[in-house]
Amino acid sequence: MNDEELKAIEVAKSVDARGTSCPGPLLAAKKAIGQIDKGQVMEVLSADEGTRKDIPKWCNKKGFEYLGTLEESGFYKIFLRK
Amino acid sequence: MEPDIEQKIKEMQSQISELQGRVTDIEGTHKDQLAMIVMSGDMDKILATMVVAVGAAAMDTEVKLFFTFWSIAALRDPKKKVTGKSSIAKMFGRMLPAGRNNLKLSKMNMGGYGPKMIKKLMKKQKVFSLDEFFEQAAELDIEIVICEMSMDLMGFKKEEIIDYPNLGYGGVATFLADANESRIQLFI
Repeated sequence: MNDEELKAIEVAKSVDARGTSCPGPLLAAKKAIGQIDKGQVMEVLSADEGTRKDIPKWCNKKGFEYLGTLEESGFYKIFLRK
Repeated sequence: MEPDIEQKIKEMQSQISELQGRVTDIEGTHKDQLAMIVMSGDMDKILATMVVAVGAAAMDTEVKLFFTFWSIAALRDPKKKVTGKSSIAKMFGRMLPAGRNNLKLSKMNMGGYGPKMIKKLMKKQKVFSLDEFFEQAAELDIEIVICEMSMDLMGFKKEEIIDYPNLGYGGVATFLADANESRIQLFI
């Protein structure tokens, strides 16, 4: 998805994991994913560069769809569909 | 179709079915599980252990940690006092770190200044502390098995080990059995 599409997407759950470093954001994502239904979108906010690479790998393993990442000032918004 | 091409296709088909059989075997015996021997008791290596373990558990991989030798000092609870130790056991007890917050760095320890500096940096970089890692590990049901033989050898007693929900004691066969059915095996 491109940036415009990501900005317009309806997010069912937002996880703010900017307070932790690797593997904190991944853990926060794992704990939150149970709170949304299949087909819904979750965004993970992370200031950790590694998480940007880790979330797609996790999605791949769990069968979630990684949608893309938006770069904000000082953090990333990582989108995925359950 | 040419007869030799037909023959080749038949050969390939039998090769594919043989490979399919082998893949089924591998998948059947190896679980989505990580088995790790933790031997080092250095702060940096215990930290690496916990990053990998908690990361794996976050990815829904089952995790089994087998603590042996120097690493057992990291599982001591400094608040727990034990009596009735032999003089050698007492010496070991005094010379080895009293728990995960008193560990040394494998490099740049600088008489204890190194670990202090790293802890400060970890806080600044928002990395979990070892206390937080163990808390998360407990919540994620990461299993800790302590080598019984090392406990005896170093004179540690079960009464001085931390309170942790999924903690047990075992021998090398316990680790080998776990490793045998794990897709990932590591030694730190």
